[in-house]
Order: sequence, then structure tokens, then C-alpha cells
Amino acid sequence: MSVFDGLKFRRVYSPIHNLDPRVKFIYVCAVFVAAIIFGEILPLLALFLLQVPFVLLARVQKEWLRSLRGALLLATFIFFTNFIFSFISAGYVILATNVEFAAAMTLRFVVLVESFSVFFLTTSPDLLGLALEQTHVPYEFSFAFTTAVRFVPVLAEEAQTIMDAQKARGLELEKGNFMKRIRNYVPVLIPLIVSAIRRSLELAEAMESRAWGAVKKRTNLYGLKLHRGDFALLALTVGVLVLAVYVRLFIPVPVLSRLL
Amino acid sequence: MIMIEGISFTYPGNVQALRNVSLTVKDGEFVAIMGQNGAGKTTLVKHFNGLLKPSSGSVRIDGVDTTKTTIAGLSRNVGFVFQNPDHQLFSETVKQEIGFALKNFGFDEETIQKQITWALNLLSLTQYRETSPFMLSGGERKRVALASVLAWDPKILILDEPTIGQDHEQKEILHQFIVQLQTQGKTIVIVTHDVEFVAECNPRVVLMKEGRIVADGEGKEILTNLDALARSSIVLPQVAQIFTQLSALGFPKNVIDIYEAKDLLLNAWEKRQT
Repeated sequence: MSVFDGLKFRRVYSPIHNLDPRVKFIYVCAVFVAAIIFGEILPLLALFLLQVPFVLLARVQKEWLRSLRGALLLATFIFFTNFIFSFISAGYVILATNVEFAAAMTLRFVVLVESFSVFFLTTSPDLLGLALEQTHVPYEFSFAFTTAVRFVPVLAEEAQTIMDAQKARGLELEKGNFMKRIRNYVPVLIPLIVSAIRRSLELAEAMESRAWGAVKKRTNLYGLKLHRGDFALLALTVGVLVLAVYVRLFIPVPVLSRLL
Repeated sequence: MIMIEGISFTYPGNVQALRNVSLTVKDGEFVAIMGQNGAGKTTLVKHFNGLLKPSSGSVRIDGVDTTKTTIAGLSRNVGFVFQNPDHQLFSETVKQEIGFALKNFGFDEETIQKQITWALNLLSLTQYRETSPFMLSGGERKRVALASVLAWDPKILILDEPTIGQDHEQKEILHQFIVQLQTQGKTIVIVTHDVEFVAECNPRVVLMKEGRIVADGEGKEILTNLDALARSSIVLPQVAQIFTQLSALGFPKNVIDIYEAKDLLLNAWEKRQT
């Protein structure tokens, strides 16, 4: 469950936590786009390092590292598949450029994970819902979204209880070959899905009995307003995007292994 | 025999759930572990079948250290029925649900069928043999969960909150059932905060608070010990409440059994008549 830990919000106050979620989201998307348009290791490394000050300012280093550790398995997988394919296409020789390419692809994935992790670690689900509402997403959708985010830790805990209950009946999750191991999870997944559906029905009834949706036009006590920090981040976002596009179009990005 | 020596347990995130707990449960004993929510009751019993391993100290089941064996290995002797049956039911029919653990433990087909029939009969579920467990009522689902554990006939049985969501009649049946299992020499550990149920069953009572055992002894003594109960925020059973208030008139305080109470009151009344 360590991947989820990297996305769990904890109420802390920092300059990053106070930023407008809409601007933060645009920034994350800009990093996302920049990470996609570069396949070379140097710009990706720069993008990776760009997130570090945010993490330090928000003081979420521990959780952030945990989310990176959670992504380790997938990152290793990405590295090896990329490496093996380039190894085959290069005619079964190990080239420094191939290793660099595989590392760059892995770094791209890490950049995506880390930027989303920073976003979720520093944005409260309430603010996120508010941001969705203010961007004119129908309230039903924004409510569904924030509820889903809020229930992730609950479901994770429930999954643990179900695993315990089945282990107590002699289920060994780690036993057998690959297919058997997948089938071992059926006794965990069915109760999890059934109870999630039951819970959602109960939640719906509880909400309706508290007059959910009775008023068509909703107003909010707190509104989101852009502050100085938000404009700074917006400027940074535009800067990153413009720089990325400019470099991509007009400057040849050097390959590290050729430089050395 | 369950032998626990000085165990402590800390959940990830530095939540200390058990602090230096020692407890011995002999074969054939009936123990109720009581305490507030968050006192560490469930954490403690999860050590009995190895679902949790102690951060320090040792847990031995029939002499076997739980850190040196698997959960499946321990579960063969220690049956654990979870609080919420919906956390374990997944099969298409009640029959398959009960057979699940038997298959996991590698029993042969003939024994599996025999044990399923036996367990269904034991909990009066025979009519639901081919029914989907999801179609049953809450109380019935709870019985299916119990049957699915009893099916492999474990020596030690742990019931986590067995009375939650049960009506009075079902509690009565559960009580009878526990008595029956006791006569078969099973060790039974229940985790509960249902004071009335415990008063009725009168087992050995272990009181917990903030990860420690604060009192341990006969039900009759512990459930009438005002100090110990107040410390772990448990109210007196109703019978004991009456006798505590009557103690000024010379009645004993430590009465929790309805029949004993009736006899005492009847005697006193008859004495006054004459």
C-alpha cells in the first residue's frame, strides 16, 4: 500500500499547500507535457530536479520518498523492457546510448509519478473539490471525485482486513505459479467489491436523507482566489512550457554518453 | 495452550497497540477479552494465529513460536472468526464457502464433503447448502462465517465481536453453542464489549486498556470490580448494578448471574415473610 501512502494528503501548512489547486494542476500538466516531449536524459533530469524545491518547501520529503519507493518496481520493469528492446534492435550489443535511453524512459516515468505525488500530497480533497466546482464541473462529478479520493485509504484498510480474514482460513497469497497467484486474489477482491458497492449504496441513502441535490444552485462559503504565489507558479509554468518547446524545436539536445 | 510473554506491538506510523502483555490461556479454557475500542483487544488476538508478529516478546501456540511458522500452519489449530462476515464471504454457494478453508488445508474430497455436512448441521444451515451467501440475512451470514471456520475443527477458536448485530435469540444460541464447544474441550477466546453476554456466559475475563492488561480473573470477580471496570470504561452488568445498590442491605456485591440473583432475592423475601 506504499504507493497510496505517497498520495495521501496530510493537513500541513506551507507555501505549497496554500497554492491554488487549479494552478498547481496546470503546473503538473505542464511538467507532464515537458516530460513527454523529451526523450533525452538531461532535460528529464532537469525536470526531476525542478520538483525537489517544491517537496522541500512543502516539507513532505518523507511521504514523497515513500511514493517513489512504491514506484520502484514499475520503474525497474520500465528500465529493463526498454533496455532489452533496444538491446535486441541494436543487434545484441550493449551500447552506452541504449542504457541511457532506458534510463531516460525510466526517469520520465519517475518525473510523472513525483509531480503527481507532490500535487496530491499538498492538495486537500476539499480544495480539490472546490477547484473542480469553480471550473464549472457539475457538482455530481466533483463530489464523486472527492469522495473517491477520500475513500482510497478506507478501501486500503478494508483490503488488509479481508486479506487477514482469508489468511486465517488458510489462504496463501504467495503460493503457486504466476496464474495461481492471480487467482489467489479472487477471495480478496470479491468481498472488497461487494462491500464497496454496499457502502456506496448506504452512502447514497444517507446523502439523500440529508437532502443531497435538493438545491440546484449551490454556493460556497469559501471561494478560490489567485494570490501572488499562484501568479508566480503560473509564470513558472508558462516558462517551463515555452522553454521546453523552444529547446525541442531549435536546440539539439546533447546525448550524455556522447559528451563523455 | 497459548503462551504470551511480554509482547509489545507497534503499528506502522508509530501507533503502539500493545505494551508488554503477558497472558497464558490453558487448553479448554473460555476467555473473554474486554476493553474499550482501541484498547488492543483485536491486535492481541491477531497474534494468536500469526496474522501479527510481536515487535518484541514471544507468542507460543502449543509450544510453537509464531515467528517460526506460517499463518496457514498456525490456523490449522487456531480458528479465527472475524467480526464482519462480509470480509470473508466470496463463494457462489454456502457449501463452497465452507469448503474453502478445507481445500486450502489440503483435506481429501471425501473428508471435505463430510466436514461441510457436519458444519452445516452444527449451525443449522443445512437448508442453505446451495444458496449464495450474499442472499442470506446478517445473522445467517455470521453463522456461515463461523461454520466456515469450525469446519476444519480447530482446537482453539477465536471469535472477534461475535454478538455484534445479533438479536437476543441468536445470542442465546451462540451461548449454547459455546457451552457445547467447551464440553468438547475446545479453547475459546472471545473479544467483545458486550457486558451482558459475558455476564451470562461467565468466562475468565481479561480487561485491557491502552495496550495493557489491567485485570485478569474470574468473570464474577472482574465484572463486579468497580475500580477495574471504571478504569477501562466498562459499565457493570445490570444484575451487578442492582446488587451493588443493594449491598447496603447485606446482599453480596459480586453477583452477575440472573439465576443466582433470583435465588438470593427469593431467600431474602422468604426470610422476611416468616
